[in-house]
Amino acid sequence: MCLAVPGKILEIHQANGVDMAKVDFEGVQREACLMYLPEAKVGDYILVHVGFAMSLLSEEEALASLDLLRQVADAEPENSTPGGEALS
Amino acid sequence: MKYVTEFRDGQLAQGLAKEIRRQVTRPWVLMEICGGQTHAIVRYGIDQILPPEVELVHGPGCPVCVTSVELIDKAIAIASFPDVILCSYGDMLRVPGSERDLFSVRAAGGDVRVVYSPLDALKIAEQNPSKQVVFFAVGFETTAPANVASVVQARAQGIGNYSVLVSHFCVPPAIEAILSSPDNRVQGFLAAGHVCAVMGYWQYPPLASRFGVPIVVTGFEPVDLLQGILAAVKLLEQGRAEVQNAYSRVVTREGNRAAQAVIREVFMPCDRKWRGVGMIPLSGWCLRPEYYEFDAERRFPVALIQPRESPLCIAGEILRGLKKPEQCSAFGVTCTPENPLGAPMVSSEGACAAYFRYRPQVRSEVNAQSL
Repeated sequence: MCLAVPGKILEIHQANGVDMAKVDFEGVQREACLMYLPEAKVGDYILVHVGFAMSLLSEEEALASLDLLRQVADAEPENSTPGGEALS
Repeated sequence: MKYVTEFRDGQLAQGLAKEIRRQVTRPWVLMEICGGQTHAIVRYGIDQILPPEVELVHGPGCPVCVTSVELIDKAIAIASFPDVILCSYGDMLRVPGSERDLFSVRAAGGDVRVVYSPLDALKIAEQNPSKQVVFFAVGFETTAPANVASVVQARAQGIGNYSVLVSHFCVPPAIEAILSSPDNRVQGFLAAGHVCAVMGYWQYPPLASRFGVPIVVTGFEPVDLLQGILAAVKLLEQGRAEVQNAYSRVVTREGNRAAQAVIREVFMPCDRKWRGVGMIPLSGWCLRPEYYEFDAERRFPVALIQPRESPLCIAGEILRGLKKPEQCSAFGVTCTPENPLGAPMVSSEGACAAYFRYRPQVRSEVNAQSL
């Protein structure tokens, strides 16, 4: 129940006066309510809990921690484009 | 950036485990609060790549496991009313009550439905105006925003045949109860990252300093977990009882303020009984009087039967981190996910279910001992 996977917002529409997003979770599409994350935009990655978007994922923070962890672990990235789109 | 695959990088995980081995000089006991983290730890074998000095014990963060048997019995009684549709997250259906579970209510003709979100339950209420729709609102701080939103929307849309059976739990009072217990062994916590995504982690520094334990906000992927463990070990080695955020791509200190505001509007703190653990003061949420009209416990007065637990099940000791599933004589023998004696064997967040699913060798060792 506390698990949540990051998904990418494909589109935003209104239902019963509330913003709803169509979200892609690695190929599976679901609706998510944006009442707690009104600042979310199409293309953003969000974390969704039982149908509600709860946080916006920070690419800057993600890249900074990966960078720091690789230094600590003294590890090279496992493949050539670890950051996906961001680094390619 | 997909935010998932990057944090499952095996080489990076091994490198972090090596750094933990380099940092550790003596034994430490860490507890991961969240059952979702327990599953990831057992699934990816995180505990097995750690040095022997670092022990992970599994915490009570499994809502299905800690919902009291009285409330399960109440849900079963409400679901047995003729005009009721009881909606629930899927895991709750197989949790044993005193005499039976929600599945058996459904098998006997009761209308029990599994939903993904409380908004689905609200939709069912809208589509079935002649029925009473009850949502079994269980969870920690992660599901609270969704559960309270369904109540707010029911009021706004005038959906009078919707109500919620609330079984809500909060993490900080549980941490306090664990640390106050005379048999506590936990020296540091991995705080549940997704609970903190909602609530932030501003509540933790007073706990950390009062009990002298470090608390590290931790995520759910292998690299996240190892990052959290490394941070906790470093703090312990340096004698620093501080709070750190090792899940900064998701969690901020403040959390989601909009969600916190709606939780405060609909819920208020209450004493809550944790299955297998007991009563913890002000460790849960219940509806505020202004929302009593949506309270299923008030709408459906049910006579309580004497709650009964399996005498073989050691769920309480497992949820308090005192024992591991393989130390239970029923594990994998008389207690399996198909025929669970206790809730931790049912839930996708329960520790027993994690060991049963990902550690078949543990299962066969226990079976061999019990023959």
